[in-house]
Formats: sequence, C-alpha cells, structure tokens
Amino acid sequence: MNQFQYIRPSKQQAAIEAVARDANAKFIAGGTNLVDLMKRGVMAPQKLVDINRLPLAKIEHENGGLRIGALALNSAVADDRQVRERQPLLAQAINAGASAQLRNMATTGGNMLQRTRCPYFYDTALPCNKREPGTGCGALEGINRMHAIFGFSDKCIAVHPSDMSVALVALDATVLVSGPKGDRRIPFADLHRLPGDTPEKDTTLEPGELITAVDVPDGPFTKHVSYYKVRERASYAFALVSAAVALDLDGNTIKAARLAFGGVAHKPWRLQTAEQFLVGKPATEETFRQAAAVAMQGAKAFKHNEYKLKLAPNTLIQTLKNAAAA
Amino acid sequence: MNTEPDLPANHDEARRNFLKQSSLLTALALVPGPVVEAAAQNLDERVASAFEKVPLKLEINGKKFKLDVEPRTTLLDLLREQLHLTGTKKGCDYGQCGACTVHVDGQRVNSCLSFAVMHEGKKITTIEGLADGDKLHPMQAAFVKHDGFQCGYCTPGQIMSAVACVREGHAGSEAEIREYMSGNICRCGAYTNIVAAIQEVKNGGQKV
Repeated sequence: MNQFQYIRPSKQQAAIEAVARDANAKFIAGGTNLVDLMKRGVMAPQKLVDINRLPLAKIEHENGGLRIGALALNSAVADDRQVRERQPLLAQAINAGASAQLRNMATTGGNMLQRTRCPYFYDTALPCNKREPGTGCGALEGINRMHAIFGFSDKCIAVHPSDMSVALVALDATVLVSGPKGDRRIPFADLHRLPGDTPEKDTTLEPGELITAVDVPDGPFTKHVSYYKVRERASYAFALVSAAVALDLDGNTIKAARLAFGGVAHKPWRLQTAEQFLVGKPATEETFRQAAAVAMQGAKAFKHNEYKLKLAPNTLIQTLKNAAAA
Repeated sequence: MNTEPDLPANHDEARRNFLKQSSLLTALALVPGPVVEAAAQNLDERVASAFEKVPLKLEINGKKFKLDVEPRTTLLDLLREQLHLTGTKKGCDYGQCGACTVHVDGQRVNSCLSFAVMHEGKKITTIEGLADGDKLHPMQAAFVKHDGFQCGYCTPGQIMSAVACVREGHAGSEAEIREYMSGNICRCGAYTNIVAAIQEVKNGGQKV
C-alpha cells in the first residue's frame, strides 16, 4: 500500500478544512471499505483524516424523529432499542449487511458512502469509468450478472452495495452534511446519483463535505415492515436483489407504503409509482403482483443479469407478503 | 477532468510536496527523538507525515505497549509482524474470511481492515490473551471437545468471534449462531462442530 499522511483532528471544522483544501485527502471512519480499496490500489489517498475523535456517534430521538450520528456503528444502530422500536426496517436492513465483525467497525456515514463492488471497479487491470474516467466500462460487454437493471448509462452499469441505504431511502431519511460552505440537509434520495456521464461521482457531496448525521422521521411503519435480501449464500454476501417494504395497514387495506430495491441500480432504488399504486388497495397477493409489475417498468437487462427481471419482482412480492404478515 | 492548465499546477504541487517532505525528513534527523515525540503527543491535531512513524499506545492482552508504527500498518500486521503475536491469522487480508478477528475494547473486529494508529489507547485481545495461564478458555476447551476444526487456520478467528457472539447475546439458537458467525469462513467445513461448541458454552452458563 502507498504511504499516506495521517491526521486525527479533534475539531470538525479542522477535519473538513483538511479534506476541502486537498483533493488527495479522504475522511476515514470505520475503514472497512476504504482500507480494502487502498490495499488493492483502487484508491490511493495521500492523506487520511481520521474523524473518529469527532463527537458524532450519538443516536437520539428528538423533534419527531431519530437522529443517528454519522459515527454510530452499524451494530450499535441495529441493536439500539429506539431504532428497533421506531424503525425496525432499518435495523433489519443493517443486520442483513456484512458480518458481525464488520458491523462493529462500519459507521452510518461510511455505510452510505461505500463504493460499488463491481469486479471491474475492483480490478485495476481492467477498464472502469468509475475508477479511471475515460477507460470504458468493462462490465457493459463483460460479465455483468451482478449489475444494474435500472438507471444505468453506457458509461457505468454498477450497483450500489449498501443494505442500510435501501431502508433509509424508503423511510424518507435526510442526510445532514457539514462542509466548507456551511451545513445543509440532503433528502436521502438525492444523496446518491445515477452514473450518467460521470460515474466517478457516487454522490452529490461536494469536496470536503462531511456527513454528520442522518434523520429518520417517525412514521407509522413500526410493525408491517420487511427487508428481504436474496444472495448466493445464506449470509455475508452482497445482494443479487433486495427489497425494503414498510406498510401502514388499516385492517387489510393499505393506507401507505414505502418500497425500495437494492442491488438493481447505481443508487438505492425507491419505487414511488408502485407505492402510490398500493394505496387504498387490499393487502393481497394479487395486489402485490400488480405492484411488482408497476415497480419493474423501465427495467432492462444485460447479457448475464436477465434473471434479475424475474428475481426483482418476485423478491418484492415476497417482501410485501412478509411485511403484511409481520 | 484533466485539462491542460491543471497539469503544470499538479506538477508544481507534487514538487512542493516532495520538497516539503525532504525538508521535513532533514528537520526530523536534526531534532532529538524525545522532542519530536513530545511535540507529536502535545499536538491537538497529531500530524504524521508520509514516511514518519507515529507513536502509538495500546494495551494488548493486558500488557501495555508504547510503539512506533507507520500509518499504513494494519492492526493485523502490527500484531503479527512487529509483536510476533502470530496466533491471529491472515487469511484473505480483505475482510472476507474472519481469520484475523480480534477484540478491540471487547468488540470483535477484522484486524486486517483497520489501521493500527486508529486504535490509540484501546485494549486489544487476541487469541493469545484468552486462556488463563495453562487453563483454556471455555470456548477453546469446547472447540477441542467438539472437534471444531480440521486444519486449524481459521480457528483463532472462529474462537474470538464465538466468544463475542456469546457475550453479545447472539447465540440463542443454531440459526442465530450461524447468522452471527457468518463472518468466519471455514474451508474445511467444520461448521457443525463449531456450532455445537458454541452451544455448549452458551448452555453451560460459564463466564465467557
């Protein structure tokens, strides 16, 4: 691994300035993704700004929602009593990701910002527009069984790997950011971006901007929720397809629904048209099948991931059933 | 985007950084060691330039260490290469196998995916720190009794993870154990016996 400069500021502003003024500097928190990428030469920051001394690990309930600090560990969030009671979908999604060891290291902010696991991104001998803009997309005509069926471009067909983010986008979370130009709030759905012509940019964060917390508003989704992840082994693998479902039921009638897919796009894929379709309908398998058909509108497969065109709607139907029965 | 006007600027910056680094190295060579160390410890923002080792205090298996490490040294490499605590194993080195599992302040982590400098002041427990003298930890004894290994390479990580799994309260059923032990891969396939060992320790009610 290349050498790098290491600093450990105790003030948030110092950390932000250190990254804002140096294009080769990166924040590091849990390191579970960045250290991996640095070992493989995919990323080679010349300076690491360790933010673990910043007081950003609190999980609090205030003003009608949960505020989860960017440095709250995935395990701490998933085990937190308030999170489990108020946002069980989030706890389920976090526990579906990685392993117990990694969840003890990975942070809330870092989980959102993890890079794609596309093998062409990870292998520095192969072309990848995300890793090295202009070199081409190896996956487009290559082995693309793990890749996107929504929102891709001819520059990049990679998918976002986070489970936690799929729940957060469904739950209308907001990301709190602090940067050299001040603080701002980003609706979770706008944090990650589609690849377009600039797949090297995963998110809408500006240079030096630091995620400080995520707000998850209280809602009626405390009971009928399910995160269901289909993968190639029972645990500890990235999703082929996953679905997050939160239902608000009045008897058997759907009052409100929140739906999102993971493993299908460059960002966690919210399914608002299918959500609207469900409102006022009975929670039956027939309704769920119709909603899944709505959710799949616009999907397009590549040579090796055609299975996702069947797997994704079936995953959504199963997750809707799980949620309704929960 | 690499536009032409950027190139000389980058070049200048690289040259400046090189000069800064070389003069820093010269400066460091001229300053007595304790002064550098004291300066480093008193800084609010501790700065370690490339090529400079960082002072690091750790407690490992109950013993206090004052070390100097390169920022790029992982906790795993520090344990194995610098401190010769080779019980912790390097399997994949990418956080995929769990052979490197240790406890940091009581929490199980993958030591391969963590820079040692990020653990300043923390308490590390490795497989070497589990037994009480010659008396095996109950989880070690249970692995022996249930034949929870074949080649043994993943075993230190399995045992560290298993101890944490019981302490966390995630060993309530076979399914839960399998889920919460999924970060430890065993190529020999000793899983059935590993689960049996964990269940025995959990149900035995011994202090782990």
